[in-house]
Order: sequence, then structure tokens, then C-alpha cells
Amino acid sequence: MAGTEYLWLVVLSCGAATFLWRGLGVLVVRRIDPDGAFFKWVACVSYAMVAGLIFRMLAMPESELAGVPLAVRTAAVGIAFAAYFLFGRRLLAGVLAGSLSLATMAQWFG
Amino acid sequence: MPASGNRAVIHKALLDALSLPAFILLFTMMGFGSLAQSTGFEAGMAALATLLIWGLPGQLAMVELTATGQGLVAIVFACSLANARFMPMVVSFVPALARGGASLWRQLLDAQLLSINSWAMCLREFPRVDPAFRHLYYVTFAGSIMSAAVVGTLVGFYGAFFLPGVVVLGLIFTSPLFFALVLSATRGLEERLSMLAGCAIVVIAHRLLPSVDLLVTGLVGGSLGFAAGRWWRRHGRD
Repeated sequence: MAGTEYLWLVVLSCGAATFLWRGLGVLVVRRIDPDGAFFKWVACVSYAMVAGLIFRMLAMPESELAGVPLAVRTAAVGIAFAAYFLFGRRLLAGVLAGSLSLATMAQWFG
Repeated sequence: MPASGNRAVIHKALLDALSLPAFILLFTMMGFGSLAQSTGFEAGMAALATLLIWGLPGQLAMVELTATGQGLVAIVFACSLANARFMPMVVSFVPALARGGASLWRQLLDAQLLSINSWAMCLREFPRVDPAFRHLYYVTFAGSIMSAAVVGTLVGFYGAFFLPGVVVLGLIFTSPLFFALVLSATRGLEERLSMLAGCAIVVIAHRLLPSVDLLVTGLVGGSLGFAAGRWWRRHGRD
């Protein structure tokens, strides 16, 4: 087991290192025109990153979800979207329907 | 009618946070807390990591690399890389707060509060909030989910919860599902194309360059979406 001081140092350094990205973002945003093309491009980069992250969590999970067949995960996502739109774009309806159907299907086919 | 006035905006922010995101963070951070405990971190360290790093992929990288006995530089580098998405996220988010002339310190504080939850949820809900109150909405929302995250970290750390596997499965699924639904409401041709490109590219990037897959996905997917959207606007209407 690593020493206590060392672990505190790890936490603080990791916090500082993450903050560098946030701070860099602030410095950049203070210098650019939010209506300009560069801003639009950066927004596109963040949307692509976030969409990629979520797609990775759903399609190529490293968590316990990896044990659930891809077909079951895909079906559960489909059910979630169907419920979301059926209930007038209620996030709660979509997430509940998707998660419950995933758990149920995992019991049956898992 | 967009929400306006302190009471109404705080009420909406709390309601939006408690409707799902706070719960999702409570649960996901329980996972982090329990992992941190088993790696030898103290409860205070785990809670501080949630507050300071405030991005699960980076927090997990920190704990996992510490567990395998990597050196400090390697740990910090991996954690930082796993959370590099905050740079473009901050850039695309800060102008939406509509706080012209805010001081550098205030903006840095706003940036520290940002997470994928508040980013996605605020960009979705801001059209329904009076611009003068968007910052209040953001701070209230981000503050409440951050509190839920710290509570979750501690609950996970002390292992106060035991849930059957199938329940855990459903709970793990809520987080990506929630973001997928929130993002489905994204407007803007370039943004939508970028998200599509991101989903396709992450599959390749994750196989070829797993440690920087999201950075590559963002840069390539975002540039493709941006260029395709521009091209379509210029030529598509002819």
C-alpha cells in the first residue's frame, strides 16, 4: 500500500492536471469570437467527443455491461428512445424504460 | 415562457437535477468510492478527488494506475488525458452562460464546476431559462449534482450498499442512456453531423489508439462534422 502523503499528492496533482484543461478552455474562450468559425469548430469537437464517449459506453463497455449481449443493449436503447418520444420527451420515462428493459432482458438472455 | 427570477430558476435547476442527474452521479460515484477504498485511498482523498478532478474517466484512471503501482507522472498524465475533453467543453459552454465581462476568476470557477452532466443538461435547458438567470441555473444545477457525487463517493467508500447484480446492471446503463437522450435534442447541423461522425470514429480510434481515443474522436469527428456542415450549407441548397 502506498504512503498516505503520496496518495494525497496523487489526488492533488490529478486535480491540478485536470484543471489545466479547464483553465486552458477559459483562456481560449476569452480570446475568441463566440459567433466565429473557430468557436463553431471547437463546439463540434466537443460534441464529437461526448457522443463518442457515450457510444463507447453503450457499444464497447468495459463495465459489467460488457457481459450483456450487444443485441440486448441495442434493443434497450431502442426501447428507451421509443418511451422518451412517446411520453413527450420525458428523460425519466426514457431512462426508466431502457434500464428496466435491459435488466429484464439480461435476466432472460444473459 | 422561459424560467425567470431567483426562486423559479433555482426551483427548476433543483428539479432538473433531482429528476435524474443527481441520482446518476450518486450511483456512478459509489462505484468510484468503492474502487478508491479498495486501492488504499482514504475517504477524504476520494471525496476530494471527486471535487477536484470532477470527471469520472480521469478519476478512474487515477485509481486504476495507482493500484497497478505506476509512478506519479504516469498517473497524472493518464488522468489528465482522460479528462482532456474539458478543454473544448469549456470553450463551447462558457459563452452559453451569457455572462459578458465576467472576471477571469469567476470564469475559472465556472469551468471547475463543469461536468458532462451539467454541460449536456444546461445546453438542453438554457432555451427555457431567461439569459439573465442562466448562470444561477448552472451553479445551482452543478452544485447539487456535485453534492450528490460527493455523497455517492462516501457511500461507495464505506460500502454501505449492497445491490443485486441485475440492479447494478440497470443502474450502470442509466448514465450513457441519459446522455444519449439528452444529446438527441441537440440542434445545429454541424453539431449533429459531428456527433454521428464521433460515434463511427470512436470504434476505430478505440481499437487503434485506446489511450487517446476520445481526443482523436473529437478532433477527427468534429472536423469532419464541421466541414460537412459548412459544405452542405454552401452547396446543398442549390
